[in-house]
Amino acid sequence: MPTERVETAAAAAQPANAPREIGWEHFPHGADIGVRGWGPSPARAFEQAALALTRIVTAAEVRPETEVEVACEAPDLELLLVEWLNAVVFEMAVRRMLFGRFAVTIEGEDGPGGVRLRGRLWGEPVDIARHAPAVEPKGATVTALRVAREPDDGRWSAACVVDV
Amino acid sequence: MDPARLTKLDDVTWRIEPTGAMRVPAILCADEALIREMDDKVAEQASNVAALPGIVGASFVMPDAHWGYGFPIGGVAAFDAEHGGVVSAGGVGFDISCGVRTMTTGLPLAEVERVKDALADALARAIPAGVGSEGAITLDPVAMDAMLRGGARWAVEQGWGEAADLERIEEGGCAEGARPDCVSARAKERQRREMGTLGSGNHYLEVQVVEEVFDPAVARAFGLAPGEVVVTIHCGSRGLGHQIGTEFLKEMVIAAEAAGLELPDRELACAPIASEVGQRYLGAMRPATNCALANREILGHFARRVLRHFFPQAELRLLFDVSHNTCKVETHRVNGREPRTLFVHRKGATRAFGPGHPSLPEALRPVGQPVLIGGSMGTGSYVLVGAPESEERSFASACHGAGCAMSRLAATQQWSGRQIVDELAARGILIRSPSMRGVAEEAPGAYKDVSAVVLAAERAGLARRVARMRPVICIKG
Repeated sequence: MPTERVETAAAAAQPANAPREIGWEHFPHGADIGVRGWGPSPARAFEQAALALTRIVTAAEVRPETEVEVACEAPDLELLLVEWLNAVVFEMAVRRMLFGRFAVTIEGEDGPGGVRLRGRLWGEPVDIARHAPAVEPKGATVTALRVAREPDDGRWSAACVVDV
Repeated sequence: MDPARLTKLDDVTWRIEPTGAMRVPAILCADEALIREMDDKVAEQASNVAALPGIVGASFVMPDAHWGYGFPIGGVAAFDAEHGGVVSAGGVGFDISCGVRTMTTGLPLAEVERVKDALADALARAIPAGVGSEGAITLDPVAMDAMLRGGARWAVEQGWGEAADLERIEEGGCAEGARPDCVSARAKERQRREMGTLGSGNHYLEVQVVEEVFDPAVARAFGLAPGEVVVTIHCGSRGLGHQIGTEFLKEMVIAAEAAGLELPDRELACAPIASEVGQRYLGAMRPATNCALANREILGHFARRVLRHFFPQAELRLLFDVSHNTCKVETHRVNGREPRTLFVHRKGATRAFGPGHPSLPEALRPVGQPVLIGGSMGTGSYVLVGAPESEERSFASACHGAGCAMSRLAATQQWSGRQIVDELAARGILIRSPSMRGVAEEAPGAYKDVSAVVLAAERAGLARRVARMRPVICIKG
């Protein structure tokens, strides 16, 4: 079962600088922003990367009031990350929502037929006063795209640049 | 970037000689200081573009270039379909046909200053901006397809604009060859409630004053007078363009890898213009262009309504509307030979037709095309005019903005939004934005010196300076 983490306001305000087992960060890219999530598996790293995507928009608490499901697939894990983040961007845009909690399962990692993802997103409608949303993510890109197991500590890392 | 890596042709033209897979050289148009400020990645990306099939002439870099996706932002490249030329979703960008329009008002600054606060508040209410903002327009499937085919013409037919505007928009306000059937249901769904919204990031609506005129004759032809107010809008094709860009990027990446095409950067993914995917991308990109043209026409209409409420006698005339994320079919001479039909990608670059170009409306043809350059909230913007030699220099292309000098993260670490708003207010510039972090990310100091960029464009023969505008009111998402 995927671990479901409810984000706290404290965790939202400050990305962890010291490596932890699970977490996210932003990294700079020209006029845009890179997102990186990490965790003990690709699925956990993908959840954290999605949280980093939300944190491009707001540092405020996002209440898990409504659940949305998405599914996507791709030939490999890296393109699957882009698909997953773009699915989140799509739901944010058409529902005018922000999501603060994610649960991802990934299938087909060991097979030749591509990889499939099912994701659950929990969030709430954008509250302009409370969320003070900054920039709107337009789409995840394949720039600085990397999904890999880190050789030093075995954690999975999932990163790419988001066009804003 | 170290200029020593480049061959210096003159003070504002630098060349990367073709090596390895490069089919043509890369030409960078910038002075030495701008070259030194540019990321090394710009040279790498311009060289990668020079290696794409069917590229013609050179891979060009404009003076405001920075590190982009596959293509540098500020990159220009032309491809010949008959010589295996490609079209690239990354070479157009996610915000398809993002661009700028400027409307003259004939109002002296003093009149606007008297109502400035109320005008800023009224514009902020009338122009939906930023994440979570709601537009007033919802399109059903029939209206969506009509908009995607008709562009600004459709907006005018709906009453959101004026017919006289159309000749002041590239392609007369409507891109030919638009195929709404090539646009996915998801892209249409994303646009359903987005018409007439500004977006966020570097998009804005500004009330500006013409502060300096460089070329009085051309300024007169453009209707720009010192001390008078203009309204400038910068935005693009909203969710629809982003979704189309995203979907075709993925399709082109997978298709390129399946075909065994070795790309130095996945973001360079492209398809032959003559291929099924290439044609389908062009069929979808053109409706996205129409979406951007319609959106700017609608936003211009909203701005007109507000201005006319305050100044019933004011006439807001569209000076011009340019797009700077495009792939357009154009005819160009290459090295003085017979004209060729080329697919010109401008990623963060503005078309800049010189005097006499047949596509320009009669009133502008003797002087050349207005080239609208957005600066930052603090420093202001420029109107340039396409130079006669731009055709030969860069497939008639010029810069598009100041270009960013630092990342959004670095900007938020250096400034607070409140501090920026207060400092600009002290200089007479009112900012209206739902997001203080968004304001910090767009801090004037995060951009390159727009004056240096346009001067380099002028010295390189891309476009000449006509006027400089200073912001008075800025509505940001």
